[in-house]
Amino acid sequence: MLAEDASFTVTHVHPMRTLDGITLPHVLRFLRFVTLPGKKKMAARIHGGAGAGAATALSTFNPKKLVAPSRTNLPAARSSKRCIVAAAGSDASKSLRVGHSQKLIANAAVATKAETSATTGTGHELLLFEALQEGLEEEMDRDPRVCVMGEDVGHYGGSYKVTKGLADKFGDLRVLDTPICENAFTGMGIGAAMTGLRPVIEGMNMGFLLLAFNQISNNCGMLHYTSGGQFTIPVVIRGPGGVGRQLGAEHSQRLESYFQSIPGIQMVACSTPYNAKGLMKAAIRSENPVILFEHVLLYNLKEKIPDEEYICNLEEAEMVRPGEHITILTYSRMRYHVMQAAKTLVNKGYDPEVIDIRSLKPFDLYTIGNSVKKTHRVLIVEECMRTGGIGASLTAAINENFHDYLDAPVMCLSSQDVPTPYAGTLEEWTVVQPAQIVTAVEQLCQ
Amino acid sequence: MALSRLSSRSTTLLQPFATTSLLRRRHISTDTTPITVETSLPFTSHLISPPSRAVETSSQELLSFFRDMALMRRMEIAADSLYKAKLIRGFCHLYDGQEAVAIGMEAAITKRDAIITSYRDHCTFLGRGGGLFEAFSELMGRTTGCSKGKGGSMHFYKKDASFYGGHGIVGAQAPLGCGLAFAQKYSKEEAVSFTLYGDGAANQGQLFEALNIAALWDLPAVLVCENNHYGMGTAEWRSAKSPAYFKRGDYVPGLKVDGMDALAVKQACKFAKEHALKNGPIILEMDTYRYHGHSMSDPGSTYRTRDEISGVRQVRDPIDRVRKLIIAHDIATEKELKDMEKEVRKEVDAAVAQAKESPIPEPSELFSNIYVKGFGAESFGADRKELRATLP
Repeated sequence: MLAEDASFTVTHVHPMRTLDGITLPHVLRFLRFVTLPGKKKMAARIHGGAGAGAATALSTFNPKKLVAPSRTNLPAARSSKRCIVAAAGSDASKSLRVGHSQKLIANAAVATKAETSATTGTGHELLLFEALQEGLEEEMDRDPRVCVMGEDVGHYGGSYKVTKGLADKFGDLRVLDTPICENAFTGMGIGAAMTGLRPVIEGMNMGFLLLAFNQISNNCGMLHYTSGGQFTIPVVIRGPGGVGRQLGAEHSQRLESYFQSIPGIQMVACSTPYNAKGLMKAAIRSENPVILFEHVLLYNLKEKIPDEEYICNLEEAEMVRPGEHITILTYSRMRYHVMQAAKTLVNKGYDPEVIDIRSLKPFDLYTIGNSVKKTHRVLIVEECMRTGGIGASLTAAINENFHDYLDAPVMCLSSQDVPTPYAGTLEEWTVVQPAQIVTAVEQLCQ
Repeated sequence: MALSRLSSRSTTLLQPFATTSLLRRRHISTDTTPITVETSLPFTSHLISPPSRAVETSSQELLSFFRDMALMRRMEIAADSLYKAKLIRGFCHLYDGQEAVAIGMEAAITKRDAIITSYRDHCTFLGRGGGLFEAFSELMGRTTGCSKGKGGSMHFYKKDASFYGGHGIVGAQAPLGCGLAFAQKYSKEEAVSFTLYGDGAANQGQLFEALNIAALWDLPAVLVCENNHYGMGTAEWRSAKSPAYFKRGDYVPGLKVDGMDALAVKQACKFAKEHALKNGPIILEMDTYRYHGHSMSDPGSTYRTRDEISGVRQVRDPIDRVRKLIIAHDIATEKELKDMEKEVRKEVDAAVAQAKESPIPEPSELFSNIYVKGFGAESFGADRKELRATLP
């Protein structure tokens, strides 16, 4: 059963697009403007109240009055989407408590990868944080200009053990323990990068990088442009973010939505040990500033990765499961919720195509476009907030470029527009759960 | 006759004599024999013993000081007129009055030492070897500008001369500057970084963060506070509890310098460079003054009196100080210096005229230099064996 979902073939490879001029010519290439008033209106309306993950007033949300809907209720349930959310949440709370959910997700990851690793021969098994460490270590061996700076990355080994052992191997000057001043050490990394060094700046939690927003936006993103090309800023800014360990509102932030407008940076999100190592290496080698988003819950995922050296394409999306009926776009932790939902969907007779978009800026519209042209239905499942998140941008991009190919409006499931609560059950309801994904697919595929 | 040679005025009667002595004097004026001059004020120090007040210089150096400062002054005044003629738009922050800081610093360091400063960067750019034509082109948004017209007044850079800009956000250059120092230490370059900031930026938290790291890691960073006593429109005494900026480093030694005396600045920077290479960061506070307002949109007289501005101009002007030194040491006459200033004015006018003729950027330039092309990396693709593409 699991093996079917785990096919991991690639449908195409596209030559790397140059990033220069990506906005205008890129859009021109994919633009098809045929207006269909009916569809557009529907899109606008549904988009506004979209999906089970839409921001709903919590005052109307009464967990005690939940009724688990049967499938027959669904067609009439458009206005009662809130009930569906609640119901899914209550189901979820029984089976997906915090620690338990992590185990389930980890199992899912292991299961999905086992098939492909077995067929490609020897490799070695490791956890995601070890994969990141391996990638970092290999790049530091390869290029003496690569250095790491962050809080507790050196002697402590990193708060999530990503930089464990590196300080002993490379010394204090290359693996720098900084004081707690994100603004300053991010600025320092950028200043060092202006002279040619390649720092990897770690935010202990992505949320802390908000303190360095000025440096990231103005100096990191824009210096190449405002200096007329004189300076390149080959930094990698990385750190864990996301919801899931009951860390509270301030430590469960998803900054990809805040950073996505900054011109000049690239953003990628890793989700498996394989792409974690590959993306880390590619990000370090890239001449552009790259922000690598990791997730607090994914560090202990286990997978077998190749022994030989490899890197992943920074701008490419990953085809996780090819299918025919619907395209599900996701990234980071939500990939596992989607794959779990995919199991249920396959049992119900659907054939979802799951794409891990990986590249949050710029979007791999080529892979996504090919998929949309095949399936004609899109569901975006993300962990960002509903308002102004990655999903919102992606919905706009898909609607602009592939409007003709859509048979149904693009649906976007995101986290609620709330600060992440501490209580475990509430925290689960903040993010999209697999049952909601199943429901959304069923709705879209009617 | 002897008297007439020493006095600053020469009558027409004595002109023939003056001419011959002029020729002889021009020969002397390229002399590099050292002259020792005392700085106007003693240095005040914090946690360190100050350098001596006696500065070694030469006639050639003094004349170059004069010429370069006159050039900077003239450039800023030309920028003022261009702004009023709406050829320069946006924000334009002028440096006239503060030229001694840029000039004195250049005299003490090499092009391998890095300088980074804020938005008041036109003269620093010139000091680092930037050209007038590039500067004016950039100010007017032409392709021939130093940042191809895409940066503007606040974003002058010159990588080959280790000039790192040119930053619009107050205080943001402090961590960048310490990063430059870190890179110099990392690559064992035996060079220092000068991070310039103002009295307004001295109240930024990131400055103290950067200072802490620089002191902790012994980075060769010299932090220079150009104290012109006004942070935008707010006077120093209204924004800082402790206006002794050189002492604010606490555990970092500091030196207060008369920023209107180019020789004092030179001495202090030389001293600071030696210190930073051996012992880590040091703060220099340059007591200076700007004649214009904070920027061209600020008249500069709502928070200070015109008497104050003209008072400083009469008593402490950096160019006048060097002029008096040159005349007192018999290096050139006042007329020669005036001729030099006229030459400078012509040079600036020519650069402005040439820049006015320069082309504006092509529309395609909107999208260039956002990302860097040419990654040179190979992608194996998701299928690990077969699909390989070299990224262009």
